[in-house]
Amino acid sequence: MAGLHKSEFENPVIRWIDSRLPVFTMMQKEYGVFPTPRNFNYLWNFGALAMINLVIMIATGIFLAMNYTPHATMAFDSVERIMRDVNYGWLLRYVHANGASMFFIVVYIHIFRGLYYGSYKTPRELLWILGVVILLLMMATAFMGYVLPWGQMSYWGATVITNLFSAFPIVGESIVTWLWGGFSVDNPTLNRFFSLHYLMPFVLVGVVFLHIAALHITGSNNPLGIDVKGPQDTLPFHPYYTIKDSVGICVYLLVFAMFVFFAPNYLGHPDNYIPANPLVTPAHIVPEWYFLPFYAILRSVPDKLGGVLLMFASIGVLAVLPWLDTSPVRSARFRPVYRILFWVLAVACVVLGICGGKPAEGIWVVLSRIATAYYFLHFLVILPILGKFERTLPLPESISRAVLPTGGGGPLPGGAAAKPMEKA
Amino acid sequence: MADSAAAPHAAPHAGGAEVTKRDFLKLVTAAGAAVGVGAIAWPLVDSMNPSADVLALSSTTVDLAPVAAGQAITVMWRGKPVFVRHRTAEEIAKAKADDKGRLPDPATDAARVKPGKEQWLIVVGICTHLGCVPIGNRSTEVRGEYGGWFCPCHGSHYDTSGRIRQGPAPANLAVPPYAFEGDTKIKIG
Repeated sequence: MAGLHKSEFENPVIRWIDSRLPVFTMMQKEYGVFPTPRNFNYLWNFGALAMINLVIMIATGIFLAMNYTPHATMAFDSVERIMRDVNYGWLLRYVHANGASMFFIVVYIHIFRGLYYGSYKTPRELLWILGVVILLLMMATAFMGYVLPWGQMSYWGATVITNLFSAFPIVGESIVTWLWGGFSVDNPTLNRFFSLHYLMPFVLVGVVFLHIAALHITGSNNPLGIDVKGPQDTLPFHPYYTIKDSVGICVYLLVFAMFVFFAPNYLGHPDNYIPANPLVTPAHIVPEWYFLPFYAILRSVPDKLGGVLLMFASIGVLAVLPWLDTSPVRSARFRPVYRILFWVLAVACVVLGICGGKPAEGIWVVLSRIATAYYFLHFLVILPILGKFERTLPLPESISRAVLPTGGGGPLPGGAAAKPMEKA
Repeated sequence: MADSAAAPHAAPHAGGAEVTKRDFLKLVTAAGAAVGVGAIAWPLVDSMNPSADVLALSSTTVDLAPVAAGQAITVMWRGKPVFVRHRTAEEIAKAKADDKGRLPDPATDAARVKPGKEQWLIVVGICTHLGCVPIGNRSTEVRGEYGGWFCPCHGSHYDTSGRIRQGPAPANLAVPPYAFEGDTKIKIG
């Protein structure tokens, strides 16, 4: 019949569905036989872990929303009711709260993997940018979600961060009033944050879909950073990476379970168990740990607007990274100087995180300024220059030559000699 | 090595009836995953069951002393109206007499009250047809042809034992679980 997809499946029910909507063919192509580099290490698990985490957050979030009341007078108590009266409510809440932390752990590792192995380089620039969009959506969702329990940190964190927008000249104050729906963080703010917090994850699902679609066009990067030359360099995604991802998921769930069942409040702030009080500011307002590096960057600039712009710029700089890094070699394995600088960047980010959790005084201000300076220097100055001058190590001929004991079945087509100018 | 090429994953062993270690591992993995999915799904599903505070509100105590013979009151129990009627001797007699009558939902009056406390009829005040609240608690209200309750929505008649006698309702008014605490107090649910 005209228009029907030619399904290759034998089972008549599957064939009927597939010929009208080729979901089975698609799954077989994208997750069954999809040729995946054979030399993935466990750092390549983190994308899948992020997706699992997103599903967990949406599932627990939907069930929490059945019992949560988004009104300033009842929000805090509704959360306590969930913890005490709702069957397994304590589990839903702790999984959701610790799931947010796990989400950022997984995504930060995923990002640093990309930085190390040059996964942002051509032809994966758009994939990378979609990733930055995902990060921004995650941050917005997490920020709004943290306001919902309406504890002291919820309230005051919301106040501080929404107040940032008043830094913009002329329109600043109006923007803040508009965000608040009033003259301070109050019930209208809470209500709209609840609505948007419920919405954002589904927008996120859409962007993740695009992210994976883009990935399936270019194919995955790999630890060697060199292109796949042929089938001898790849393995079908199923069963090799389905099983490897399953192992990764077990480890991830183990870590997750350790937090949820043995230290559910370790990553949180005790002040958020105090109901919000607009008349009393906590001694030290701190965001959740995953925002601390950005908080440190914000506070390192004495000027209010400067701090806001620099904080947003720290993510903006990631978005343009594919054009900042000029090196033709992808993987840090073959870039001895970049490799060291990568770790300096990692240390700088950790330092920023620590400083973000401290009061903005004394040594902490000095350290955050140094680390912020390095962060921007790294992306805006060092990487553009380094790419031109770095003496990189010789790249292997191909993945299979590099990772298989006999170098992978026979001579390779064409002259795939090691060249530093490895372009797509 | 030839088998390092693209698809080394072997197709199911050709023709052989032997079960391999791989089959065992696949089975165990699938079983483990199924247990995992169940373990994750159950708390989500159970969170929708009545929570502790709802269960705590699932009992109501009623003081019967103010209800004189011939009077009836309505109390709330689990969000529903419950009729508490202090029946007169005639009403009890009439209910008993009809035990053998034509009843769409046969039930004896004795089975619907507590022994020694027959004057107290406790029924859920929701018509078993489509859920309206029947009238007839007050003596001034229409009580239907059988002296019990009348449902104005579609014309169901209930008798002095709360049994359906006429009309579209299929069943008698439900008797909730209750117990006497002393002579003048009951706990419903």
